Amino acid sequence: MIADLTETIIKILFIFSINVGFYSPILGWVERKQSALMQDRVGANRANILNFKIIGLFHPIADAVKVLTKEDFIPEGADKFFHTLAPFISLTPAIVTFAVIPFGGNYELWGHSVKLVIADLDVGMLFIFAFASLSTYGVVLGGWSSNNNWSLLGGLRASAQMLSYEVAMGLTLIGVFMVYGSLRLTDIGMIQENFFRWGIFMQPLGFILFLTCAIAENKRAPFDQPEAESELVAGYFTEYSSMKFVMFWMGEFLEIVTISGIVTTLFFGAWHLPFVTDQMLLSWFSPAGPNGAAILAMIVNVLVFFLKVSFFIWLLMTIRWTLPRFRYDQVMRLGWKMMLPLALLNIFITGIVLLVWK
Amino acid sequence: MQLLMFYLLGFGAVVSALLLVTNKRPVAAAMSLILTMLFLAGIYVLLDAHLIAALQIIVYAGAIMVLFLFVIMLLNVEEKAGRLSNRKIALQFISILVVGAILISVTGLIKIGPSQVVDSFGTTKAVGQMLFTDFLLPFEIASILLLAAIVGAVILAKRRIDD
Repeated sequence: MIADLTETIIKILFIFSINVGFYSPILGWVERKQSALMQDRVGANRANILNFKIIGLFHPIADAVKVLTKEDFIPEGADKFFHTLAPFISLTPAIVTFAVIPFGGNYELWGHSVKLVIADLDVGMLFIFAFASLSTYGVVLGGWSSNNNWSLLGGLRASAQMLSYEVAMGLTLIGVFMVYGSLRLTDIGMIQENFFRWGIFMQPLGFILFLTCAIAENKRAPFDQPEAESELVAGYFTEYSSMKFVMFWMGEFLEIVTISGIVTTLFFGAWHLPFVTDQMLLSWFSPAGPNGAAILAMIVNVLVFFLKVSFFIWLLMTIRWTLPRFRYDQVMRLGWKMMLPLALLNIFITGIVLLVWK
Repeated sequence: MQLLMFYLLGFGAVVSALLLVTNKRPVAAAMSLILTMLFLAGIYVLLDAHLIAALQIIVYAGAIMVLFLFVIMLLNVEEKAGRLSNRKIALQFISILVVGAILISVTGLIKIGPSQVVDSFGTTKAVGQMLFTDFLLPFEIASILLLAAIVGAVILAKRRIDD
């Protein structure tokens, strides 16, 4: 009982410190630096401590200080309660959804079985969906409560866009569930120990559809209509300042991390290296004794998982800075007239292949 | 522990439902309805029906209520001042009492013994198996009904655009 409790608390602290402590500040730096590289600029390089700049890595600290000392402004005529609530609703799902994503397998440590996932739920993927769908309210309420027409338009666009792409996203994942026969993300991770059963080989169309829908849910370019700065100032968070603005911003970055985690788990072998099974890892490290081997295997698996996650974060950032923004009717047309039929086709083909295979 | 959780969730559900009907601002009322649904999902989890809980949040709290909010914002529904007359309030209370009395007497008639619950109860697999074997006909009828509703909605919306 005590051992289980400590295990869970350690896992929660680990994931929390990686996501909120490492990824969310560092992604702000990555975004600036990568956009600068791609647009042939120098990028963030001003913040310095005693003239040390280390490629602009002090900027996250400078940002934090700036944000914490800024005035928290609520516009006149705004709904104070919902205006304050909205950023919290937006940030919470982004943090909570990582609870069901496994970042490693099962390990025997001193007779205690350790499973590297915070909550191994039977409904796994549906849990992520449930919370992701709640994050819509943060955007919608933020847009509505600001008493600003630009904000309201942004909120309306966001709600329509997120609803539309949730449908296609759910249908895309049905193909994945059909192939693996489970909603539990740890099961899906286990099956992908075999390199040829990685999701990308079993569901190539599903992967492309899922990634597109995920970017649309994330509301980043080319799907950043809700905050289109050339039309709507900054869309739903125009009237936000200080810490509340950063909460929206952190929510967006943590969503990127979660999306990368889901893509890694569903399509790219979760914590497994290609052609290397967990058993092989354990036997390679066997000179370190059974517990030592388990710990080393655990470290390798966790590293592999987060390296894959970082790769997909890089991919999403590259897409964000490469493609121009869609027009709003194009976003809707893509969602309903192309993604949805393709997702249905994917289910149909998967079903036929599964039938023939058996 | 389970009983305590049930009372907490039940209390939350009742309070948020009361907030829903007493609140005059449409958006606040809609948000309390979402809160009610989240508490209901919590009660489903207590009953070991994890799948139903997840679907409750996805479908009702996540999708349908977003549309509610969307419509409220789009139409810009105004709050209306004023209060109900005493006669109407009295009428409402009487009808609540009558409906409650009927409900309690009906539930008293149905005898439910201690039911046998299998270990896999409420898992995705168990629900799916039941849905596609024992309850296949009702399931298919419901899906045809939904399809008819979708087609109807499309036709209604299209006629408006064509005009």
